[in-house]
Amino acid sequence: MFKRQVTITVNGEARAVELEPRVLLAHLLREGLGLTGTHIGCDTTSCGACTVLVDGSAVKSCTMLAVQADGHEVRTVEGLTRASELHPVQEGFQEEHGLQCGFCTPGMMMSALALLERNPEPTEEEVRWALSGNLCRCTGYQNIVKAVLWAAAKLRPAGTGGVR
Amino acid sequence: MTRVDEIGIGGLGASRRRVEDARFIRGCGNYTDDIKLPGMLHMEVLRSPVAHARIKSIDTSAAWAIPGVRLVLTGEMAAQRNLAWMPTLSYDTQAVLATDKVRFQGQEVACVVADDPYTAKDGCEAIVVEYEQLPAIVNPTQALAPDAPLIRDDKEGQTDNVCYRWEVGDKAGTDRAFARADKVTRLKLHYPRSHPSPIECCGSIANYDPATGKLTVYMTSQAPHIIRAAVALVAELPEHLIRIVSPDIGGGFGNKVPVYPGYVCSILCSILLGKPVKWTEDKSGNLISTGFARDMYFDGELALREDGRILALRFHADTDQGAFFSDAQPSKFKIGLVHSAFACYDIPVGHITARGAYTNKAPGGVAYRCSFRVTEAMFFQERIIAAAAADLGMDPAEFRRVNLVRDDQFPYRTPFGFLTDSGQYRRCLDLGLDAIGYEDFLKDKEEARLRGRRLGIGISTMTEPLGAGNSREYDILGIKMFDSAELRVHPTGKAILRTGAKSQGQGHETTWAQIVSHELGIPAADVVVEEGDTDTAPFGMGTYASRSTPVAGAAVSMVSRKIRAKARKLAAHLLEVSEEDVEWELGRFFVRSAPNRGVTIQECAMAAYGNMPDGLEPGLENNAYYDPPNLTWPFACYLVIVEVDPETGVWDVLRVVAVDDCGVRINPMIVEGQITGGLTEAYAMSNMQFMTFDAEGNCVGSNYLDYLLPTAWETPGFELHEVVTPCPHHPIGAKGVGECAAVGGPAAFVNAVLDALSDTGVRNIDMPLLPDRVWEAITTGRDVSGAPPVKT
Ligand code: FES
Ligand code: FES
Repeated sequence: MFKRQVTITVNGEARAVELEPRVLLAHLLREGLGLTGTHIGCDTTSCGACTVLVDGSAVKSCTMLAVQADGHEVRTVEGLTRASELHPVQEGFQEEHGLQCGFCTPGMMMSALALLERNPEPTEEEVRWALSGNLCRCTGYQNIVKAVLWAAAKLRPAGTGGVR
Repeated sequence: MTRVDEIGIGGLGASRRRVEDARFIRGCGNYTDDIKLPGMLHMEVLRSPVAHARIKSIDTSAAWAIPGVRLVLTGEMAAQRNLAWMPTLSYDTQAVLATDKVRFQGQEVACVVADDPYTAKDGCEAIVVEYEQLPAIVNPTQALAPDAPLIRDDKEGQTDNVCYRWEVGDKAGTDRAFARADKVTRLKLHYPRSHPSPIECCGSIANYDPATGKLTVYMTSQAPHIIRAAVALVAELPEHLIRIVSPDIGGGFGNKVPVYPGYVCSILCSILLGKPVKWTEDKSGNLISTGFARDMYFDGELALREDGRILALRFHADTDQGAFFSDAQPSKFKIGLVHSAFACYDIPVGHITARGAYTNKAPGGVAYRCSFRVTEAMFFQERIIAAAAADLGMDPAEFRRVNLVRDDQFPYRTPFGFLTDSGQYRRCLDLGLDAIGYEDFLKDKEEARLRGRRLGIGISTMTEPLGAGNSREYDILGIKMFDSAELRVHPTGKAILRTGAKSQGQGHETTWAQIVSHELGIPAADVVVEEGDTDTAPFGMGTYASRSTPVAGAAVSMVSRKIRAKARKLAAHLLEVSEEDVEWELGRFFVRSAPNRGVTIQECAMAAYGNMPDGLEPGLENNAYYDPPNLTWPFACYLVIVEVDPETGVWDVLRVVAVDDCGVRINPMIVEGQITGGLTEAYAMSNMQFMTFDAEGNCVGSNYLDYLLPTAWETPGFELHEVVTPCPHHPIGAKGVGECAAVGGPAAFVNAVLDALSDTGVRNIDMPLLPDRVWEAITTGRDVSGAPPVKT
């Protein structure tokens, strides 16, 4: 089948790949680039397990063709940790028990990150709204919301770290 | 010598942060679909678009012609290997790939193996199947009608659509009690069909190595050892050459207990091709073909005395089982533990009948976050309890208080033979009422009503049987429902623990280590936990029905105690005293008469490998198989306050209060996580989550646009409280908890909405309480029953 060459910056690194135009971004990340932290949980753009950041916006990568990401910047869960330091969003999820099976977690964290980058001091209601495109079957969301607020507190410049 | 601080080392009662999170938050989990083997091919399943049809022909030639397609497997080819049908975990049979008929929409008809998943999908699209459609049967009433077409014409001797009949209790005694009753409350209701729907779908990678004859299967199974036994029996492969690995699982909730055709096909394809074959199910495949839950019709009565005492109960339950009886039920209990209904109430006598019907729907009846059908049982219980209180004109909290089993009645034998052994039911109820401010709320409600606002409160109290089970009564396919643990303590006092359970988010890697810590004083951080690989883990029945802590958790305690017994011998040797003179405190043995002379558990471990006494075999490892003497009986009281908008039928949840008594809590943080998760599923069931079918048997709910799960936006906040009544027979006093809130919760939400409608004469609205159904009830003053109709 006909293939196309694309170059996508993934977690800061330019990746050139050749692929069929019908390949979804989620599949490119998982199969082509081996970044299996991005999960797939549905076929109707409903669950958000596949959420990544494309040029800083939360995008469901199961609903975007990889060729559409040509020339753009993609961030995945694998890019959250810097020099083996956890990102506060990751810490928040662990501290507040914001995950159980962990399947929704990468997508949840990426949606949370997109929120905190545009709104560093969200209210509980704003967190709930920002995460409403991500389904979690295990936690009941209460601890996920706490996790995001924990991260927000830690990220605040004058912040003294997370509070329980 | 200061005592080891148990919480400090992550022992019992510590809200220790989870070990497994370290990989999940980095995106480094290892779920089945993440696994890539060299030379791996990809399989896709072709499913039936119709619910009931005879297969006239299957033409696979166009699929074979696609470059990259390696194999097209049909039922006929599977039949040559004797694999077109397989036995189920409930002594029925199920088609792996249809040969004669398709019996539900989504049934597996063929599969295609190709170099990549996209090509495998192309292959499926190229297969041409000719169907001759038959009338579809979509509920038990149709199925049990005298002239209904026979769905299971493959089964010898099957002349109707009855899947099973079951009966328990004392009919004559119950009838006598009803004859004496001052009042009889009757309630009919339907618990709608639902799907556990973990976010991760099912999948497997089968790798048959022709050189060694060894079959390795990575798969999404909550019970890998049962799968190994089943594969050995079905595929006639020697059990020692089968290795089943359940890697990380993205949620199970009962959906990942049964054996599905997709797994079997991937195994067969790998054997035929001599290469690894991966199958990754898509969401619609998961929702329409894998184990559904519930779909049960109740009709029952309570015999009441004027003063509020319940004299007797009776009910009948008809269950829509789908086309194959393929869920795992303990073999003696066709309809699971439905007879645990009313176990928290002191009712002298009762009688239950049940019947399962084959229909043209996906097979199932799985225990969705539930100990074998207890969710349906407890829902009916708490709905008819609310109705009876209303019939008597009694406050529903008071009605419960009058009938709940008293603390001094334990051990208490229920009319159906269960032995509930512990609890403080009234204390839990009072704590809940207090927390929600019951008396004040009743006043607020009256005032609000005067201003046209409809507020309502719902209560649900229940005890449920968790932790199947003792081997006298519980087995699946003849294998008893014990569980196991194996512990190896290394020379430096670090350890590895393996169990026969399999976590799917419950946090076993964290909590099992805490039990070891509690028993041995080894810091939890020094214990690594492994599960899910049948080559290394001891034989166990897996994780479902809230059985891990009651059974496998108990095995962890028991194996730790065996290790401690051996360590005591080593300690006596090191301290140069006799064993009788050695005392234990957490993490340390000491000489009774000289408490300062002691050795740590770590020193004992080193001695096991370097300085053992004569006659003692080296090493410090052991295993334990635990057969629980009884089920565990947690108790829960859930209270919900709602406001119903009479103009639209929309209802909002204002408060949710949960009081759970699950005995001793190993890790309170994890227990609370289980409860908030369960409450969310309870809310989902009551509010939005259901699966229905049109008259042709088309599944409405085959994707997340039609099958609604609540998001963070709709989900209410939860207020949690605890009472601790230790389980008298569990080694650390723990009881199961994972499912309590999903089991007991739904009735609290429904009771609350009906309470808000108490002046309308409406006695029942079947779940889910969609706004149009609530609105219809308000405007007509009539009950709204049955599965929601399909909107066209
Ligand atoms: S996989 Fe569900 S939204 Fe992308
Ligand atoms: S943690 Fe399992 S789906 Fe969210």
